[in-house]
Amino acid sequence: MLTILFDGIAYGMLLFVLAVGLAVTLGLMNFINLAHGAFAMAGGYITVLAMQRLGVPFLACLPLAFVLTAALGALLERTLYRPMYKKPHLDQVMFSIGLAFMAVAAVDYFVGGSQQNVQIPQWLRGRTEIGDGALLLGMGHYRIFIIAICAVLTVVLQLLLSRTRFGSRLRAAVDDPRVAAGLGINVNVVFLLTFAMGSGLAGLGGALGAEILGLDPTFPLKYMIYFLIVVAVGGTSSITGPLAAALLLGIADVAGKYYIPKMGAFTVYLLMILILLWRPQGLFTRKGGR
Amino acid sequence: MDAQRYQAALRAGARPRLWEFVLWALAFAAPLVLPQHALMVNEIAIVALFAVSLDLILGYTGIVSLGHAGFFGFGAYVAALFAKHVMPDPTVGLLVAMAATAVLGAVASLTILRGSDLTRLMVTLGTALLLLELANKLDWLTGGADGLQGVVLGPVLGLFDFDLYGRTAAWYSLSVFLLLFVLMRRIVHSPFGATLMAIRDNRLRASAIGIPVVSRLAVVYTVAAAIAGAAGALLSQTTGFASLDVLAFDRSADVLLMLVIGGIGWLYGGIAGAIVFKVLQDSLSSITPQYWMFWIGLILVLLVLVGRDRLLRPQTWFRREKGAKA
Repeated sequence: MLTILFDGIAYGMLLFVLAVGLAVTLGLMNFINLAHGAFAMAGGYITVLAMQRLGVPFLACLPLAFVLTAALGALLERTLYRPMYKKPHLDQVMFSIGLAFMAVAAVDYFVGGSQQNVQIPQWLRGRTEIGDGALLLGMGHYRIFIIAICAVLTVVLQLLLSRTRFGSRLRAAVDDPRVAAGLGINVNVVFLLTFAMGSGLAGLGGALGAEILGLDPTFPLKYMIYFLIVVAVGGTSSITGPLAAALLLGIADVAGKYYIPKMGAFTVYLLMILILLWRPQGLFTRKGGR
Repeated sequence: MDAQRYQAALRAGARPRLWEFVLWALAFAAPLVLPQHALMVNEIAIVALFAVSLDLILGYTGIVSLGHAGFFGFGAYVAALFAKHVMPDPTVGLLVAMAATAVLGAVASLTILRGSDLTRLMVTLGTALLLLELANKLDWLTGGADGLQGVVLGPVLGLFDFDLYGRTAAWYSLSVFLLLFVLMRRIVHSPFGATLMAIRDNRLRASAIGIPVVSRLAVVYTVAAAIAGAAGALLSQTTGFASLDVLAFDRSADVLLMLVIGGIGWLYGGIAGAIVFKVLQDSLSSITPQYWMFWIGLILVLLVLVGRDRLLRPQTWFRREKGAKA
């Protein structure tokens, strides 16, 4: 019971880190980016390749995955994404699906279609158990590690957005780009940095999650729906909304697969449709979305 | 006086042109002239029907859907199951599949009435995934991941047997396509169709001049679902097979791509897009079968960067882009 809850929380935290970048681009910049999973996949593959081919230790791979994916995100934002912000949603959907398809095929071409494994270090492989019977709580050390990292990241992000100068600039640029630009804020740079950070976080999430979610070239399409659920259900006006949605989704998914394995992902989809029928703008929103 | 003039203008748009007759005559002649490509003609007719049905909701009503394959696949499974367990007659199977998909579409239309583009995207995608998951798990009924095999169909209308070369199949699909196309053509040129476009252009104003927005959306979504179901039924009837692939996300993305290649909000756009897409797919995947997905992605990205409105419609190349879309 508690073990399932714990695994669900770890899974949810992971989903949150993966999806928070999407929450920012989608909620703040109003851009539907279905290729977000491709950045997560990039992070995962950077980790796998760095560890296998170059022998980089796992812990060093995590920042590496973040930095490289962020750089990739920045590059793509500047060259391809920026003209897309003003286009209708249909164009954005087509464009980002196209990018995701290309990423899938490119990875298949360069690395191969087989499932990749991440060798996590020895000290993260153990498992601690507390209590017994129905209250047995078995905690994999790797999952504790994930929860810790994600919790720290969440707090840092929240502080970054609400307390720093960059955060207030970003919020200003989002609320009204023209006025913000008039006040001397370089809106393009703010968006560029934000997009890069969102991609970097996705890359980090991909690196962390390669062990739990599995990593193969179809990753962006397989988990796209999960990221979108987190954002659509969580609403896009804050960090806490997607966090709560990610935790809910993680717990529902793990519990659903454990208790009613016949249903598979059915529970999650059904839950999402029902929630969106009930609150079309997401569970946690200040006002009707744009 | 004015009213008459506007009416005349609307009527003129609805009148079939000469080239349309020529086009359809060519399509029907194709299996006879090019018997080796009859299977291809059949496939194109099916995906074109599917694309045009999406155009009804995307191009004319402005609902962005990522889950249209859900209806296509549902129709395919219903037709296959009906032929296998109840009755092998294709026409009856087609009607049953359409009716069943219409019911599904009517239920699903409840989910697209509210919310933003993102919400609609999510619920349409979610509905299709739900159906995919269902077809996967109910393996005693649908054969699960192995697909539904052993579907044998009787002759069309009790007269024409399905042959090995797919000529009967091609004519059958083309006839159904033509019938449904004429129906859709009537719909979009009717006052009902005009209200759909009004809803697409400005939902608030449309409701302000007394258009019942919610019921119009529900009706058109149901009709589009039924027609997509018919396309799916044609596929499983002419191939004698239904697999999970008919419900997959790729199919929804493919059909969106076809429609966008051909141009949305124009019934022949779906047909043009389907032909271009199928020919491209055939030629590109014979070069690199494994990486077809890369090319499709590249086409999508380029299409959007260049501007999707003007690709197959040369008459718009030199015209200025229309004002801001709502």
